[in-house]
Amino acid sequence: MHVASTTSSIEARSLSKNYGSQTAIKDLSFSVSKGEVVGFLGPNGAGKTTTMRILAGLLPATSGEAYVAGHAVARDPAAAKRNIGYMPEHNPLPEDMRVAEYLRFRARLKEVPRREIRRRVGEAMELCDLHRKAARKIIGALSKGFRQRVGIADAILGHPDVTILDEPTIGLDPHQIILMRKLIDRLRERTTMILSSHILAEVEMSCDRVLILSHGRLVAEGTHAALRDEFIRNTRYRAEILGSESDVRTEIEAVSPDVQIVSRRTDPADGFVTFELETPARANLSEPLLARLHTAPSLRVRAFERVNPRLEDIFLAATQRSWEIETADEANGRPHAAPAKTR
Amino acid sequence: MKHLPTLFRHELRVLLVAPSTYVAGVLALFIMGFFYFYVVIETAVREQETPPSELFFSTFWIPVLLIVPMLTMRSIAEERRLGTLQTLMTTPVTAAEVVTSKFLAAYTFYIVLWACAGAYPLIAVTILGQETAGHVLLEPGPLFGGYAFVCLTGTLFVAVGIFSSSLTRSQLVAGMLSFSVIFLLIVGVLAVKAVGSNVEALPLLSDEGLGYIQIFEHFEDFTRGVIDTRPVVYYLSGTVLVLALSTLVVESRA
Repeated sequence: MHVASTTSSIEARSLSKNYGSQTAIKDLSFSVSKGEVVGFLGPNGAGKTTTMRILAGLLPATSGEAYVAGHAVARDPAAAKRNIGYMPEHNPLPEDMRVAEYLRFRARLKEVPRREIRRRVGEAMELCDLHRKAARKIIGALSKGFRQRVGIADAILGHPDVTILDEPTIGLDPHQIILMRKLIDRLRERTTMILSSHILAEVEMSCDRVLILSHGRLVAEGTHAALRDEFIRNTRYRAEILGSESDVRTEIEAVSPDVQIVSRRTDPADGFVTFELETPARANLSEPLLARLHTAPSLRVRAFERVNPRLEDIFLAATQRSWEIETADEANGRPHAAPAKTR
Repeated sequence: MKHLPTLFRHELRVLLVAPSTYVAGVLALFIMGFFYFYVVIETAVREQETPPSELFFSTFWIPVLLIVPMLTMRSIAEERRLGTLQTLMTTPVTAAEVVTSKFLAAYTFYIVLWACAGAYPLIAVTILGQETAGHVLLEPGPLFGGYAFVCLTGTLFVAVGIFSSSLTRSQLVAGMLSFSVIFLLIVGVLAVKAVGSNVEALPLLSDEGLGYIQIFEHFEDFTRGVIDTRPVVYYLSGTVLVLALSTLVVESRA
């Protein structure tokens, strides 16, 4: 008999899910340690929601096993559900209930002790900034941002070991996204969290680690820095320079012949050109490049920076690589390669 | 079943705020009132062999076809459409608790509506006078028999409504489905018995088999004061079976 790891809050072992002949996820294995905030990334149809639904006990896996807080979700769903707070995508809520009334109802269902209900509901509402006017409001009359907060308050009511938030920032305006990010930060330390999002900057800022899914497979996992090292081979620099492009090219080639100008944009107000430079290696040439450009008599440099690759770039590189491997494997009739695992 | 009281209170509240509950209530009470008025008039102008309560309860199927779909069509279908069934199933509640709570809440309203109809004989007696109409309109045998019949058959009808609601996301489809199934249960068996009484190839289609599931035959027994255990077993086992099927549907398609 398999026993779940004691240090992992979530453990997925070779999870697969088929809908008829269609494979939603295939042989998915990962684990999430206690207190970690993990981001689920993937294009539409990658299997993020399916995986989250399996972890929440809403959907049985075709094969494999999922553990939440040491309980097998399929074999002991009640125990697993007692340790999970789940906010589904689009966060369905009853339109005709008041916020506090709904949360009290959910607290009773989550088996919060009767004497604790008032305190726990108050605590969840306070954490999610619902304790003022919103508490008495009918849910149907709330804005999207407040509805999301009600969903999160509901997810954390039972003090779950694991909180799963499926697209918590979907449909929110930038101000509400900032508030949601602060809320996720406040929940750190209290619970292990998995969240999926289409807004990669959101995941980058909120999560300790990222799992990238593509076509139902885990194609990469690790911290942002580790994934950057794994998937991004080149280094980019941005410089704002007044001078001719040929002079710039001469100077950068003097530092390293590998440095290329990949884009340029002129500021019509003062004639300064923003150059994007790229080296195919991971070497840091910031200092020699800046020194060379700065001392060149024909050039005036007013800004220079090394551009850190965004999660978007990593995401695109990882999904692209998985697609290429998959296509090559299918052509050669080989099984698929294991995901890149970087810590 | 430890979440049942919480879920039951919630479901009663949902029914109390749903417009369809009030539409069903007003329509059903209006129709039942009309039938009762007609029965009282008929009893006054003509000598009747059948007691007025039995005459009134013999039209039970018309309010049932109105009340049950309207009370039950929303129950699971709407939760499925909104997605709240999904959030409900992420808590430690079981599908059986969800289905049972919805059934009990709808059944409670069903009984409340029929109980309201109990005011009609009282109103009639108050207007016509205790001495003139009391002994006819408040004859206890057919009245209690009729109510026992309505309470018993109601379990199966409401269970069918809940089951229909579990099969779809659309309240309209759920309502039409439960209307059709209840119609077939009440009138269909009668029609098969009338048309195909010679068909004895299948045990269910034999006279005895059809009699066992013939709701009007049960009605006559109940209003005459004959309480047979066979219909009781039929309705209660049918209710349990249909609710079990609803539980399976909710479990597999939350």
